[in-house]
Amino acid sequence: MALVLLSFVILLLSALLALCLNRNTHRAQDAGAYGAVSASIAGLIPAVKVLLSGTSETLSLPWPVPLGSFSLTLDPLSAFFLIPVFVLTGLSAVYGVDYLKGYSGRKPLGLAWASFNVLTAAMMLVFTAANAVLFMLGWELMAAASFLLVLFEHEKPQSRRAAFIYLAAGGTGALMLLAVFALLGANSSALDFSSFAAPTRAAASAVFLLALCGFGLKAGFIPLHVWLPEAHPAAPSHVSAVMSGVMIKTGIYGLIRILGYLRPWEAWWGWTLLVLGAVSCLVGVLFALAQHDLKRVLAYSSIENIGIILLALGLGIIGVTHSAYPLAALAFAGALLHVFNHSLFKGLLFMGAGAVLHGAGTAEFEALGGLSKRMPRTALLFLAGAAAACALPPFNGFAGEFLIYLGAFRGLNSSAPVALAGVLAGLSLASAGAVAAAAFTRAGGCTFLGEPRTPRAAGAHEAGGLMLFSMYALASLCLAAGLLSPLLLVPLSRAVGAGFGGIYGAGSGQEAAAPLIYISAGALLLLAMVALAFAKRRSLFPVARAASEVPTWDCGYAAPTPRMQYGASSFAQPLTDFFQPVLRKIGQYPVLSEYFPGKASFSAEAQAVFYNSFYTPAASRIRDLAYRFSWLQHGRLQIYIMYIVVSLMGLLLWKL
Amino acid sequence: MHTFAELIIVFIILLDLALAVTGGLSSCIKLVALQGVVAGLLPLLAGSGAPHPRAVVFALVIITLKGVVFPSLLARARDRSGARKDVEPLISYPASIMLCLGAFIASSWMGSRLPLPETNIAWIVPASLATIFTGFLLITTRSKAITQVLGYLVIENGIYIFGLALFVEQPMMVELAILLDVFVAVFVMGIAIFHISREFDHIDTAELSELNDWRRGEYGK
Repeated sequence: MALVLLSFVILLLSALLALCLNRNTHRAQDAGAYGAVSASIAGLIPAVKVLLSGTSETLSLPWPVPLGSFSLTLDPLSAFFLIPVFVLTGLSAVYGVDYLKGYSGRKPLGLAWASFNVLTAAMMLVFTAANAVLFMLGWELMAAASFLLVLFEHEKPQSRRAAFIYLAAGGTGALMLLAVFALLGANSSALDFSSFAAPTRAAASAVFLLALCGFGLKAGFIPLHVWLPEAHPAAPSHVSAVMSGVMIKTGIYGLIRILGYLRPWEAWWGWTLLVLGAVSCLVGVLFALAQHDLKRVLAYSSIENIGIILLALGLGIIGVTHSAYPLAALAFAGALLHVFNHSLFKGLLFMGAGAVLHGAGTAEFEALGGLSKRMPRTALLFLAGAAAACALPPFNGFAGEFLIYLGAFRGLNSSAPVALAGVLAGLSLASAGAVAAAAFTRAGGCTFLGEPRTPRAAGAHEAGGLMLFSMYALASLCLAAGLLSPLLLVPLSRAVGAGFGGIYGAGSGQEAAAPLIYISAGALLLLAMVALAFAKRRSLFPVARAASEVPTWDCGYAAPTPRMQYGASSFAQPLTDFFQPVLRKIGQYPVLSEYFPGKASFSAEAQAVFYNSFYTPAASRIRDLAYRFSWLQHGRLQIYIMYIVVSLMGLLLWKL
Repeated sequence: MHTFAELIIVFIILLDLALAVTGGLSSCIKLVALQGVVAGLLPLLAGSGAPHPRAVVFALVIITLKGVVFPSLLARARDRSGARKDVEPLISYPASIMLCLGAFIASSWMGSRLPLPETNIAWIVPASLATIFTGFLLITTRSKAITQVLGYLVIENGIYIFGLALFVEQPMMVELAILLDVFVAVFVMGIAIFHISREFDHIDTAELSELNDWRRGEYGK
């Protein structure tokens, strides 16, 4: 535990140092990045130790705050969530040094690094806090630090808009969490997690719903996701990687923790989670398919993955309430494994998108193309990340989803409600996976294949060494976590045990062992075959002509131009047209009626459907309501003091 | 002895009523100073027997501050700001005195209802509440910034007397803490008033509402 504290202190000190060195860009970068990396190494050690030994560590320091206590607990569940935090923030810091170099002189990099390290420290606090006040402190610190990072390019109006939406969502969520902790701690003198008592049935349901909304606003499942596709693309790419990879998982972590205090669970909670998860993964991935910006695609894909995790949690709870234990154990294990895997591959993908943004100056599909010739390493690494995100073996995305599938199939020969849940989960996962494959084919294809659509894309350059190092590291971790998934079994079962109860931990260890070994063996076999084919490529494909360079997408035209190639919109059009009722694209389609058609134009724009058709009207309702009371607010000091006097008098008279 | 203290209480109530109807700014400052001095004398007369030397020292400090330092600071702020000589009430003087009388009646009722320990000076709780309400009245119905400072001072007098009612022997600890706050507040307000009058050529707080940020129509409504 001393190392956790050390890591925490390193982060805060390096943040302070970076802030002090704001003038000197180079030094500020060094202070921030070295601090983040050393803190990650210091923090990884106790986290791994706790996961391997299975014993929790605690630490209590005096902290004179009402109802608060500075008590940290590092149990296997916390450690399981903390490991991705340390891995991803450490690698993102390395990546960030190269990525932010271009901003030196134009942006206060010291502030950016300070916010980054404070964000990491706040996430550590959230994952280890054993007291509600401390937890909320970490939670709000996390929101504040990431708010500053979303505002990094504050000269862009969409960044400011994103930051405002993010702030509003964060504030609403925090209010709900305060209500959650107030309800949970109503019967105890302190707000320590250990002193929370199980509330009554009605109160438990209220706590569940509040926690679902409060934590959901951070996790970003549909319909509480509106801030996510705005804020994640607005932040610098290494921060997007951290936000998408680990920060949104704090919502999942919080939900799991709160569920732990609400036993016994009710079946409808599971159904709520299952349906929300299914909707999130389906609608999220559909929106991903319709986006025109690489980072926005990745943000929507995060919504999809949060949906998958939520769906697995719901499946597990349904399993528990219907006493279908193997199903519950598998679903919980799948949820946690996917938390881990998603953080690795989403970090990799956001870093790849950042490399594109850095190299070509834009992440708009219609301005990119042909980057695989200009940035071959980034293209390969992005492909690896995309394969993991589409849950293709041998990468890591497959293992977690496979456990959830397996759980869903286990449910089929159980009682009717469990079977229904299993069918629903399996179907949503399968459809989401198919659309995800299309979305990532489109994203990767339009970015890296074909010919450059603009001069900017034609002049793109490969990412710097440190950026490539981080991406290689994450890609190898993705591959390793896919190939060697049985090694994750012990930590996984310990985390499941700490989060959901001992029997599920042991159950997940038993149930998941065989499938993970099969996955691993199959992946290794696949890899061996690929290696063999590569070694024997001469004898397998004897007609090895000298490669000749011709334009891509020639299509038989005599003088093809890059404008003739398949665009991102046209690639997705058959699918997006089919789902138009959900997507509500606004676009203009050319209608060719004559034999010699003239100029035609085509445009398609994905809308933020939930934002436009639910949140904006709701917000304007609230504002109208607020305007009704604007007569209270007119700026006369005397009247304001009178309000205070009158309310004080009212309170006094009420008590008399 | 107590009759003398009760006389002082009556005097304080009369001063409250006088404050409600006084139009001149300088007479207001003088009235508030007088009230502070009288209230400062009260603990010396309230206890039985000769007062403790410590109490005498505290009373002297309080009387100096309220009787000399604050009035001179306020008078200087008034002269510097070059404001008009009257308090510019937002409601008429008859209305002010009616409100003040109403506040006194309400405080008499409240004084009988409040669960307080027995006091040996009659009317001390209603008088203190009435003084607090008069302070609020000055703050809310006078437009000058100086009268708001005066209002806070009157409230402070009321709180002081109230503290006296609760802890006859040791009101000093409470009083000292409040006095420190008020001292800082008067200082800050004196500076602020000076700056406001320099920037805006007046110290009418109503004009400051021009600075507010809530305008109907600016948000696309």
